Amino acid sequence: MATTYSTPVEPKPGGPTLGALWRSFGDYGLLLSLVVITAFFQYATGGVLLQPLNITNLLLQNSYVVIMALGMLMVIVCGHIDLSVGSIAGCIGALAGALMVSRGWGVFPATIACLAGGAVAGAAQGYWVAYWRMPSFIVTLAGMLVFRGITIAISDGASVGPFPESFSAVASGFLPDPFSMDGLHLLSLIIGVLVALAFLAIEIRSRTRSQSRQAAVASLPVFAAKNGAVTLLLLAFCYVLASYRGIPTVVAIMGVLIAAYTFLMNRTVLGRRLYAVGGNLKAARLSGVNTSRITFITFINMGVLAAVAGLIFAARLNSATPRAGTGFELDVIAAVFIGGASATGGAGKVLGVVIGAFIMGVLNNGMSIIGLGVDYQQMIKGLVLLAAVFIDIYQKNKD
Amino acid sequence: MSQTVIARRPAEAERTGAEVILQMTGIAKNFGPVQALRQVDLTVRRGEIHAVCGENGAGKSTLMNILSGVYPHGGHSGTISFGGEERHFHGLRDSERAGISIIHQELALVPLLSITENLFLGNERASRGVIDWEAAHEEARGLLARVGLTDAPQTPVGDLGIGKQQLVEIAKALAKDVRLLILDEPTASLNETDSDRLLQLMGGLKERGVTSIIISHKLNEIRRVADTVTVIRDGATVDVLDCGDGEIEEDRIVSAMVGRELSDRYPKRTAKIGRGGFEVRGWRVVDPQHHGREVVRNVSLTARRGEIVGISGLMGAGRTEFALSLFGRLHGKQVAGTATLDGQAIDTSTVTRAIGSGLAYVTEDRKGAGLVLGESIARNTVLADLERVSRWGFVVDAYKVFDTASDYCKKMRTRCHDVLQKVGTLSGGNQQKVVLSKWLFTDPEVLILDEPTRGIDVGAKYEIYKIINDFADSGKCVIMISSEMPELLGTCDRIYVMNEGRFVGEFSAEAASQEAIMRAIQKNQPLGA
Repeated sequence: MATTYSTPVEPKPGGPTLGALWRSFGDYGLLLSLVVITAFFQYATGGVLLQPLNITNLLLQNSYVVIMALGMLMVIVCGHIDLSVGSIAGCIGALAGALMVSRGWGVFPATIACLAGGAVAGAAQGYWVAYWRMPSFIVTLAGMLVFRGITIAISDGASVGPFPESFSAVASGFLPDPFSMDGLHLLSLIIGVLVALAFLAIEIRSRTRSQSRQAAVASLPVFAAKNGAVTLLLLAFCYVLASYRGIPTVVAIMGVLIAAYTFLMNRTVLGRRLYAVGGNLKAARLSGVNTSRITFITFINMGVLAAVAGLIFAARLNSATPRAGTGFELDVIAAVFIGGASATGGAGKVLGVVIGAFIMGVLNNGMSIIGLGVDYQQMIKGLVLLAAVFIDIYQKNKD
Repeated sequence: MSQTVIARRPAEAERTGAEVILQMTGIAKNFGPVQALRQVDLTVRRGEIHAVCGENGAGKSTLMNILSGVYPHGGHSGTISFGGEERHFHGLRDSERAGISIIHQELALVPLLSITENLFLGNERASRGVIDWEAAHEEARGLLARVGLTDAPQTPVGDLGIGKQQLVEIAKALAKDVRLLILDEPTASLNETDSDRLLQLMGGLKERGVTSIIISHKLNEIRRVADTVTVIRDGATVDVLDCGDGEIEEDRIVSAMVGRELSDRYPKRTAKIGRGGFEVRGWRVVDPQHHGREVVRNVSLTARRGEIVGISGLMGAGRTEFALSLFGRLHGKQVAGTATLDGQAIDTSTVTRAIGSGLAYVTEDRKGAGLVLGESIARNTVLADLERVSRWGFVVDAYKVFDTASDYCKKMRTRCHDVLQKVGTLSGGNQQKVVLSKWLFTDPEVLILDEPTRGIDVGAKYEIYKIINDFADSGKCVIMISSEMPELLGTCDRIYVMNEGRFVGEFSAEAASQEAIMRAIQKNQPLGA
């Protein structure tokens, strides 16, 4: 019997064509979309969009969406959905108000209690989804109503505030500047450079190790172009922030969470199992994966991240309002799908989701600056979501 | 032999005076590199019951899919003439309009809808879009009477047993004024009474002038109803038997079906059977849906080290249910019985524990439950033992994953670009090798294989048998469930026969034969009773 074990395919010699170049960008296509949209609004707003003050605001406005999107990505990869995140965020904000303002708890114990509250809220929903196989859409729709009700009950229908200063500083503060230079925030620049170097080191190490195993890798010019562009963007971004007041504390928290969840999803056993559960539940179960437990953990995690977002939002407004978080779930879910997650589960990347969230953020911000009416803003956002998912499905059908 | 028989066929039809309703000539079809059909001829006379026999994978289903237009005209060579004119079917609707109805093994009924709604689905009794329920129910009652059912037409189909559902399917075909009815393994999942009823009905339809094609392995059924038998092997018609007058020669059918010597399709191996091994005693499983009904009834099995043990039986005999209940209680309720490995009791109560105890189960549903099709070969290979390729038990080492998977690809001769290729893009045989890699990576003592070569071409089958043999020869236990009897006869050292949830026969490799196994199923006497 003639059987051949074909050797790994070498990258084709010769310069890449434009089409091949574009395709080889793969995940970076999304980043390019963000760059294009940003460039458009930079032009349309007459340069307001990328001013340091506006960038800082844009980041602050979107931080809680990004943070919740990290959890939502896991939920969606697992093959579920969570509609209750806005209500949980509002509920935890109200809880924070009740504990810190009305009862006078310290910031630290109150924060711990709020995060625990988020975990309990997530577990209360995950239990039904994971162990009773109830559709997550219905369970979290119920949760959305229940937690909104609890929010109103806790706050008695009125706003509570202001918070202790050390708490509201989380949302409005910036990283300290020990080097205090005039007009430039040095620590933020140093952090930017370190993050960029770490990113490059990881990419280069991964490339060499893949090459030593003769796995197909991107050709050197493509690799250099991709990583060079990302590094430059990162540095430019930090420079802009540094020229205002430095990196906001919330953005630092967000950055750490993004790094942690990238690691969790790509490199840990839990992450790999999560993708398998979403990709093929039966195959995962037959392979010894405790699928119910993974689903349960995913919802608890979502609850905790919704709590983090709720705390940040409350700190930013410096008051807990009963309507806080209304409609957040839609922004979050849209960010995940624009970021390329599969609606049927099993696929989606952390970086994609972060970029997806910022595409929405830049759209919101840019359209507001131009002074576009809310009516058009909603329509455009809706069409962008539709287009993003269409492109994803179209490409899959072509394969 | 085949050519002469085929050439004689139309002439004979003319001689007996019966009109030919269907004539398929020289049908050939490829799926990529795999040749499913090479040269099939099929001639069916009006008003007869025509049986098409062949082993699994011989090409029967492919042939029927071509006839019904599921594989549209243009994707195959050869000609089809039906009712005297040449036909080009481009889809099920085309063939249905011509009067051909096919009833598959997996029934195409909507369980929550009523019998009437199912009967007229896509063919509603309506005027200007408004359904006339009285007329529809009335007509349904008439159709049900024709297939011998007295259930109310309002009954949801899901409330009927599988046998009655099959009859509803036939009634549905009658509703469309069927001229040629094709039944694909109609009795495979039916019990004896229901099978009997169905075969009687086929006789009744014949008297009313409906022509039928029945696809079946069961020689006793064929003997009972068929007027003519066409035998297909390896994608070609090898024999046509007329049985209008007297007995069908069963031996001739069997030898035509099995064809060439079994030995050259299976790698040679001398079993080195050692001490100890895997034992199951008094295994019982209750059906999760029907309370009190046992799907596995007091089954005991031994697989010694170095031994390949087969479990034979018809579809629905309870073999998969047995395996799934053994592997982490994935099927059934109130699972009872003991499992031991080398005399030590082992815990198989969850999948994780079963894997920990040295069990591995290769599912019959490769795409649905064996692989995560959207992920790479590498990730699928390590899925069942991620801890082993991780640092500190939770950080997956991507390079270890890559190296492990590459090793297995080489060992298994999996044909792929590299292990980062998505598993969904591989052929069936190579996919199965990835499933086997996944389980061999868990380093099991007992490998349970459920239909390990289903839907795989002959060449890849051979390689998979070799992998299984090597595994057994390394002193491990193998349990192989298969519906392909030749496969069990060619690879196993011992074969159990399962029927209706019980073991009804046990044969050594020397004593086993298709006939002996079939006889054991028909006798249905539990082992040790």
